[in-house]
Amino acid sequence: MNHLLSVNDLSKEAAISLLTTARELGVVSEGGHKKLPTLRGRSVVNLFFEDSTRTRISFESAAKRLSADVINFSAKGSSVSKGESLKDTAQTLQAMGADAVVIRHGASGAAQRLADSGWISASVINAGDGTHEHPTQALLDAFTIAEKLEISNFEFTGLRVGIVGDILHSRVARSNVLLLQKLGAQVTLIAPPTLIPVGVHSWGVDVNFDFDSAVGNLDVVMMLRIQSERMNELFFPSAREYSRSYGLDKLRLDRMTARSIVMHPGPMNRGLEISADSADSQKSVVLSQVKNGVLVRMAVLYQLLSGASSL
Amino acid sequence: MSYLIKAATLSDGAVVDILIADGKIARVAPDIQESNSQIIEASGLRALSGLVDLHTHLREPGREDSETIASGSLAAVRGGYTALSAMANTSPVADTAGVVEQVFRLGQAAGLCDVFPIGAVTQGLLGEQLAEIGAMATSSAKVRIFSDDGKCVSNALVMRRALEYVKSFNGIIAQHAQEPTLTVDAQMNEGEISSQLGLKGWPAIAEEAIIARDILLAEHVGSRLHICHLTTAGGVELVRWAKSRGINVTAEVTPHHLLLTDESVLGYDAVFKVNPPLRTEADVHALRAGLADGTIDIVATDHAPHPSEDKDCEWQAAAFGMLGLETALSVLVSTMVETQMLDWAHLERVMSHNPARIAGYESHGHPISEGKTANLILVDPSAKRVIDRNKMASKSRNTPYDGLTLPAVVTHTFFNGALVHEVDRGAAK
Repeated sequence: MNHLLSVNDLSKEAAISLLTTARELGVVSEGGHKKLPTLRGRSVVNLFFEDSTRTRISFESAAKRLSADVINFSAKGSSVSKGESLKDTAQTLQAMGADAVVIRHGASGAAQRLADSGWISASVINAGDGTHEHPTQALLDAFTIAEKLEISNFEFTGLRVGIVGDILHSRVARSNVLLLQKLGAQVTLIAPPTLIPVGVHSWGVDVNFDFDSAVGNLDVVMMLRIQSERMNELFFPSAREYSRSYGLDKLRLDRMTARSIVMHPGPMNRGLEISADSADSQKSVVLSQVKNGVLVRMAVLYQLLSGASSL
Repeated sequence: MSYLIKAATLSDGAVVDILIADGKIARVAPDIQESNSQIIEASGLRALSGLVDLHTHLREPGREDSETIASGSLAAVRGGYTALSAMANTSPVADTAGVVEQVFRLGQAAGLCDVFPIGAVTQGLLGEQLAEIGAMATSSAKVRIFSDDGKCVSNALVMRRALEYVKSFNGIIAQHAQEPTLTVDAQMNEGEISSQLGLKGWPAIAEEAIIARDILLAEHVGSRLHICHLTTAGGVELVRWAKSRGINVTAEVTPHHLLLTDESVLGYDAVFKVNPPLRTEADVHALRAGLADGTIDIVATDHAPHPSEDKDCEWQAAAFGMLGLETALSVLVSTMVETQMLDWAHLERVMSHNPARIAGYESHGHPISEGKTANLILVDPSAKRVIDRNKMASKSRNTPYDGLTLPAVVTHTFFNGALVHEVDRGAAK
């Protein structure tokens, strides 16, 4: 594996290997070794064409805990808005000798373009490309599910996961569907029909427009953020109507099964897709997702840059 | 200069000699003896009427870095075209007599083929006020086709008025069928692939809704409608229905929509980004069937050159469009002739006779016969070539077929009796 562009780049075995490595890194770090020397002298560039402080500091923290040098390159104003082109930026990073480039970009496929075009020889890690994929988010979500539901071998057969909200525009949803299916889980997408992609029949998932009928039969409820720019694009009549039909409020939370968990990739819109009750409930694993994000990204950097598949 | 073409095979299969003199086809007969002409040995070659394109983007004036009228003319004759129709979306837009006359004159100055300008339907392609259609029609360029191609004339009243207005000089409106409200920021065909790639979808319905509306408008006002680059199975059905009702509608299909599908987009290589987008396998089959049964009248290239920086970037930032002039005949031979859906005579009709008749290009698109203007080509149907984007006559490199092996090579192109293109046949094999 040279790059991590899509969950499709990973076989089931490779995904489990990454998750296992992340768990081992967690054990090592809890044993008091917060910083490992593994990637000393290697440079990791965080190339962010979109603002995302959370994802950037998660990758930055992961790289630093492996002793890599980290360069943060904020390139807002991509060629989409006729600033510096992706190609020129890539060639600049190549000239600087980057070993890995973590790219966040507003255009779907930008990470693959960077990896395939011959502009750069570094490993490319997709940290979110447009409405396409966000593979490390899916890995950290799978890691968190396994941790909370005590599935030590990452075999998710029989697990019922509901992904709720703006599926159409969600890279988190696309990557999670691919990875959860790889690991054997049964995925249900829950959203108004306007936020379900036209081609969804090829995804091999269940689709349910009625959150209330689904919520009591799920082991994992994964809420997606509603972007403010969707409000005026006719996807739903109003924020309040959306919230009433598809928000995770106290009533729906109380109908979830005893062992089930609530996830959210953050940042949360409290009061819109998730109520404060739900966000702060015992079922919410949002902070574990953040913590595990660092471990999973350490595992990705470790495997890509050291070439080793385990510690 | 006169030329004697020996033993060429016409599209109907007859093997003849063809004598070209004084810009005309002087004789067509078996075994002509004529000692003062340059002999062209054409055994095994097909002689076809010069091809006619009703949909070409030449970028001059305004973007001469991606194509000029001269470079586009050279690409045309290499591809077997003796007449082009230059779309109006230049900078400035071809919405006045001055711009269309300039394009026409630059085509004559290049001298390789006829370049007939298409006029804009609306001022600045904005879809609001009619351009000076009459002035363009009576200019020295004698414009007969009007199109806002690249943009759809989406306002129904504007479209109705345009269809009515061109009736006075037997003009035709060529519609780029794309309902704009359904395709805001659209990137590719809406379907399974777009759902996987996270690219905003351009649904088939956005094309079909405009086609259906415009067919009904054309019927209502009794005018001529031409549908540009049909891409969907549903669009083919609508045109078939319109023809069955006797409505005066014609339709075109591009070579790329006959060959490529939206699966080409899977690697996000923007060379496959085109508007209207590549569709599904089922659409490709419907388009081929529509061309074969006469529902689709013509093949048009939608040749759309772009500089490399507008393709060598992330998909969303890239420009729409592909080169087409130099590969069109080969793609048609590959998709339609070798599959036995079209014979050579039918191919000649959809690439030459029918477009010339629709546009009224009188010196083009005639069967090869005595007395006609010598606009004709010779094609080696057995030759194969590997498409190389760096060996295009076009100033741009955005061919989607780079590296692909395609059949048929245009060995000679005659324009008004002059040999304007010839390949070394030893090298072509």
